[in-house]
Amino acid sequence: MSEKVMVKGTEAIGEAALRAGCRHYFGYPITPQSELTEYMARRLPELEGVFLQAESEVSAVNMIYGGACTGKRVMTSTSSPGFSLMQEGMSYIAGAELPSVFVNVVRGGPGLGDIQPAQCDYFQATKGGGHGDYRLVVYGPESLQEAVELTIKSFDIADKYRNPVLILADGMLGQMMEPVSFPEFKDLNSFVDHSDWAMVGTKMERDAHRVTSFNIDPYGLEKMNIKFQKKYKEIVENEKMYEEYMLDDAEVVIVAYGTIGRIAKSVAKMAREKGIKAGVFRPITLWPYPYEALAKHTDKANMFFTVEMSAGQMIEDVKLAVNGKKPVEFYGRMGGVVPTPGEIFAKLMELVK
Amino acid sequence: MAYVEKFKGPHALSGKEFTYCPGCHHGIVHRLVAEVIDELGIEGKTLMVAPVGCSVFAYEFFNVDGTVAAHGRAPAVATGLKRTTPDKVVFTYQGDGDLAAIGTAEIIHAANRGEKITTIFVNNAIYGMTGGQMAPTTLLGMKTTTSPYGRDVNKEGHPLHVSEVLKELRGVAYLSRNKVDTPQDVIKTKKAIKKAFLAQMNNIGFGIVEILSTCPTNWGLTPIESMKWLEENLVKEYPLGTFIDKVGDDK
Ligand SMILES: Cc1ncc(C[n+]2csc(CCOP(=O)(O)OP(=O)(O)O)c2C)c(N)n1
Ligand code: SF4
Repeated sequence: MSEKVMVKGTEAIGEAALRAGCRHYFGYPITPQSELTEYMARRLPELEGVFLQAESEVSAVNMIYGGACTGKRVMTSTSSPGFSLMQEGMSYIAGAELPSVFVNVVRGGPGLGDIQPAQCDYFQATKGGGHGDYRLVVYGPESLQEAVELTIKSFDIADKYRNPVLILADGMLGQMMEPVSFPEFKDLNSFVDHSDWAMVGTKMERDAHRVTSFNIDPYGLEKMNIKFQKKYKEIVENEKMYEEYMLDDAEVVIVAYGTIGRIAKSVAKMAREKGIKAGVFRPITLWPYPYEALAKHTDKANMFFTVEMSAGQMIEDVKLAVNGKKPVEFYGRMGGVVPTPGEIFAKLMELVK
Repeated sequence: MAYVEKFKGPHALSGKEFTYCPGCHHGIVHRLVAEVIDELGIEGKTLMVAPVGCSVFAYEFFNVDGTVAAHGRAPAVATGLKRTTPDKVVFTYQGDGDLAAIGTAEIIHAANRGEKITTIFVNNAIYGMTGGQMAPTTLLGMKTTTSPYGRDVNKEGHPLHVSEVLKELRGVAYLSRNKVDTPQDVIKTKKAIKKAFLAQMNNIGFGIVEILSTCPTNWGLTPIESMKWLEENLVKEYPLGTFIDKVGDDK
């Protein structure tokens, strides 16, 4: 790890991707993540990598598809309306089992919405978005240091499972500045060897590699899907991440992810000062969701309190975890409004009264 | 025996049986592309992108590493392939529905960037795979399942001349329109395909060959009638010719 440097969120993620060995970026500008695209445009040529601004997100995601077919570490980033356009390609990428890393710096929606931080793409990110039975690994970092670590991890997880991985950030994370320490650059020769399936040319020494999500035979396609589901199960078993904050004796469990998870910690502290035993459960992987870890708290806690910058999307997963054993309350702001700790605290006080 | 060996076709074809209807030109075009790959000695380093359309299985018919792009997105996928592995030869194989409708943006921008890829563009003026719907290339007055009264210029606009549009783009290094219904045309088309590959291999720019083609099944004609219809109607609307050739004669 290097010394700490002050960086902006979008740049922290970009630099982390480079250190993870990503040398190919295809993207399209959209606020509030354009600085990430710009950062890659500046840095990749310095590292003899490839930066290409596509003509649309539809093209960008298909360039990622092509790049991933060759087994290289590839990445794109976008914000909500652009992420919608990428859904077609996401489904093909998942279906062709191509390792690739995506960043969605979420902004207020639906539609053109605005350019302020939001969490309203949770369903799209964790429950599909594109067509077919597929899954993405989805990380929701709360700080820039965590974003750096998760970005690097994303490339390894993508390689390990041959699956797309998504960093779900929000405009706040993208725009904030924090001190961060970066790990050393990875050795580009140290990655998972994909030469057993990737498109690198037959050299007329082997049978052709055919990389595709296509299978016209329903039994064949079902078999393919069974294989995918097996892989997803393995991911569910091995890759869940979460943080527990002051939960040992908590009677109120605040559930929040990303930058709101961070704000929730201040709220828990404020509550404790008032004698309310509150703690925070912060899922770090939004898929696979840490259901069991959250469910454990149904024994002691009296109430679960979900806070989101959406109309309430993750609350469905919280309810699945709690499974009717305890009440699950909600506070959310929409449209790109960021709730203050005071506001959330006031709502919490109302609920515990 | 030698004759039988030869009849097996080019090495760059996998030998898997084609799925095309009798009289369809996709098969001829495949063979020409494979012969060119053989002659250029690039089979081992060629990557192909098959489209969505009747030629969706093309990646199984060739002996090269391949993938299938989403409908229309082949030029973007090929861009990703080429930019990550510039030492490879990358080509897309696309129908007119794929390239001239849903994928117009992708083809124009790949061509305009001068992307070092090659596109084989098969224009049969109709959507084959989905059962004969209107394509942007469908002729005026031509009946299809979605233009049952004949294509009407006031409703559906004019047939899209892709090659004439692309010829304005400075990234294009080779561009021609051909057909494969006579032996002379087959020879010409093969030369054109070779040039479209050389445009890429010599690092000049984007190469594309538009090939007028039949769809007897959806035109509702016999293979022989289809050839005649192609000559009398398609060629009239889409004149043959070489629009751009920056490759030159000596390799
Ligand atoms: C996004 C999307 N839209 C529509 C389709 C359905 N579709 C499959 S093939 C095809 C038409 C293909 O026509 P063309 O490209 O001309 O090829 P041909 O079959 O004539 O060779 C269409 C519309 C699809 N697969 N994907
Ligand atoms: S439907 Fe038309 S384009 Fe498709 S294989 Fe048959 S003849 Fe060829």
